[in-house]
Amino acid sequence: MPIKREDDFEKRREHLKGLSEQKLKERFWELTEEVVDPLIDLAKSHTSASIERSVLLRMGFNSIDAKAIVNQVINADLLGKGAGHVVYKVAQKEDRPIKEVGLDIGKEKYSKDELRKLFTGGGK
Amino acid sequence: MDLEPDKKIDIEELLKDIENYRPRRQGWTWRNKVEDQKIGPFVYKETSETLKNSIPLPAARSFGKIDPQPEPVITTEIASGRFEDDIRRMRMAAWHGADHIMVIRTAGQSHFDGLIEGTPEGVGGIPITRKQIRATRKALDYIEDEVGRPINFHSYVSGVAGAEIAVLFAEEGVNGAHQDPQYNILYRDVNMYRSFVDAAVAKKIMSSTGMLQIDGAHNANATAREAWKVMPELFVQHAINSMFSVKAGMPKDKISLSTVPPVASPAPDLRLNLPYSIALRELFDEYKFRAQQNTKYMESSIREATVTHTLNLLLSELTSADLQSTITPDEGRNVPWHYFNVQAVDTAKQAFAGMDGLKELVELKTEQGVLKEKARELKERAILFMEEILKVGGYFKAVSEGFFVDSGKYPERNGDGIVRKMDGGVAADSIVKRDQDYMAPVCDHFGYNNLPEKIDKPCDLIGGCTIHNPDKIEFIDELDPEDNVNNRLENNKELRKDNKLKPEVQWLGDGWVNITMFLPENETIAEVAAVEIAKKMNLKDPEVIHKEVMHPAEGTLCEVKGRVDFSINIDQLEIPEKEETLPFEEIRGYVDQNQLSVVAATVGKDEHSVGMREIIDIKHGGIEKYGIDVTYLGTSVPITKAVDAAIEIDADAILISTIISHNDIHRTNMKKLNDLCVEKGIRDKLILIAGGTQVNNEMAVKAGLDAGYGRGTHGDDVASFLVKKLRGDYNG
Repeated sequence: MPIKREDDFEKRREHLKGLSEQKLKERFWELTEEVVDPLIDLAKSHTSASIERSVLLRMGFNSIDAKAIVNQVINADLLGKGAGHVVYKVAQKEDRPIKEVGLDIGKEKYSKDELRKLFTGGGK
Repeated sequence: MDLEPDKKIDIEELLKDIENYRPRRQGWTWRNKVEDQKIGPFVYKETSETLKNSIPLPAARSFGKIDPQPEPVITTEIASGRFEDDIRRMRMAAWHGADHIMVIRTAGQSHFDGLIEGTPEGVGGIPITRKQIRATRKALDYIEDEVGRPINFHSYVSGVAGAEIAVLFAEEGVNGAHQDPQYNILYRDVNMYRSFVDAAVAKKIMSSTGMLQIDGAHNANATAREAWKVMPELFVQHAINSMFSVKAGMPKDKISLSTVPPVASPAPDLRLNLPYSIALRELFDEYKFRAQQNTKYMESSIREATVTHTLNLLLSELTSADLQSTITPDEGRNVPWHYFNVQAVDTAKQAFAGMDGLKELVELKTEQGVLKEKARELKERAILFMEEILKVGGYFKAVSEGFFVDSGKYPERNGDGIVRKMDGGVAADSIVKRDQDYMAPVCDHFGYNNLPEKIDKPCDLIGGCTIHNPDKIEFIDELDPEDNVNNRLENNKELRKDNKLKPEVQWLGDGWVNITMFLPENETIAEVAAVEIAKKMNLKDPEVIHKEVMHPAEGTLCEVKGRVDFSINIDQLEIPEKEETLPFEEIRGYVDQNQLSVVAATVGKDEHSVGMREIIDIKHGGIEKYGIDVTYLGTSVPITKAVDAAIEIDADAILISTIISHNDIHRTNMKKLNDLCVEKGIRDKLILIAGGTQVNNEMAVKAGLDAGYGRGTHGDDVASFLVKKLRGDYNG
């Protein structure tokens, strides 16, 4: 819960007092980097429905189809593989165009198991 | 479709073939600075290229209609809920000097899980959709050609569909966007993990087309109870978003800090804001600055807001601003109206022109004294803030403990910060770890991506992505058969096609007008009375939008808005014909052959001489340049004296100037001139002309004179009229 505290700036600043302007600036950015690094690591290693829809948009699906495909990928618990990846794999396997395959996934023409099977053997 | 200055933009024409529209460029464009630019009689130190078509400031009339354009990009925020009406406002703003158009999103879009399509009407902003972006960007293409300067189009990459919106913006040539995961968390209660994970992907996509990013730190000012106390936190918020953006792949010159002077007068504005602004620019010297104006302390007074904003502009001039944002001064009253966008842009343009080269004249004492001490203190407080974030276990923990938007000046804490739970908020528990074989076959994708080896670019796997091959973009037109632009255009067709006219402030035909009245009563009575008066004027839904006590008992100023529910037909208006001025040679030729002489005087008890001198003096381009002989009698001349002088020199005309209009004295003077000439039997031998700021032709003719001239009249107009009258052009 948020705390209440008097302004104890003078006491807290003891270790900063003697720093030059340049050193102060360096300290500011070093600390920023320390705060930000875990955030950027989290972002590197995770994905979300929005991110996967953004991948499908870039692959040429419209927003409605992208949403339907991502929902199926989530149903099959495959978001961690990448929704674009799922579409790509089916297209590769069946030697069909990306677009056609994606629309079929969105229309639930593939069961969860069929989609999951694409990745058996892939490390989770 | 090319725009013509005297023709309205045709929205239906604009929407034609919109499914095939492609933006002409991507990324951000700055203005081109011109060193020591000569504009009219002046040399400017800090201006950019002038425009092909523009509307200068009102006072430019006295300086050859110059319109110096300041160096920073000027922003205006336009979003009334209907993009088709906003486009018209964008055109007006561009003519006044805006080249960064920000479009605010409709309420609720940040929680919408996916993209919105079509053109539904918005509330307090616009539903951002592909069709709306295309239509707006297409209109801006035409508008930028018309004014002769690139216009940046901008909206928001935030909420739970941030990554998709970033793609949409990249595909459609949006030039800039707000992106700050902290904004989502603090003000939109989007889950904090989700917010950062999506943000990195969005930022990388934004960078792929060179979009300029603006952060969201300034919202802490607008939210905190005592805004000036959050200064240390603002450094922290700016830094977190800037560093996160850099690490997500964004170049520093595409990262712009949105900085607002936290406090406003009557607080000692500059004494508090200047050290803050200096410290910020010292710490973030590698980044761009978007100087936003203060909204926290905005009330309903247009005058007060304008002064606050002018002081903010002084601060920008004294420090720096790559972009200068403008806030409509009516934002404290209502959703901004058309003309307040224009006025806000003009305020920035006027202030910058006025302060041009200021830093060559004054120097800030940044090396010693109070400015240095205060700036240093703020930096140290910000560092202590960062240290405590790390001490409690990092950013997420700090947010969950209410570190942010606390009204205490850090390290003081008032316990009123915004608290967000780590596992709470919209879209909680919605991020998924990327597996080892995670793959996204697209370009500019941030984060872990297990792509096959030996590919040039990821999208080669799928035969190209939409960023590299826009033909792949799929356009969705309308999804809602009722709520769309086609229906709206059908509903107001008569106002667009049938020469019907209604006043408006934001939407075509909305009917709103604003009236100003002074009532000699106290505030309570005045407010009720003002509404009653507006009702009697037949205004619908009247509402007092501003009141100001002039004295507790003597009176109150009220501004009342109300709607008119009728339109007028332009075809039925009697529009007075514009007098064509004769060419120089023709006037000169007539005067050469027919020696003209006139008597000129400012009449009554009136010491104004400037107007009359402009009409007659050769150095102001007055009638003397045509060889007309002028007998100038000076100021405060009795009418009788002017008439007697005319008789004495056998003049062809009498020119009187009558500026003072108190008690209608200007009308009295005009009537007196006519009556005296009639009485003396010389009326048909003399042309009688009056001029003055409150004079117009109709009024003068009614008083018995031959012509009357108001503001903006030149010697040419008067000389032309004299010649036409004398040679009988008006007979029959």
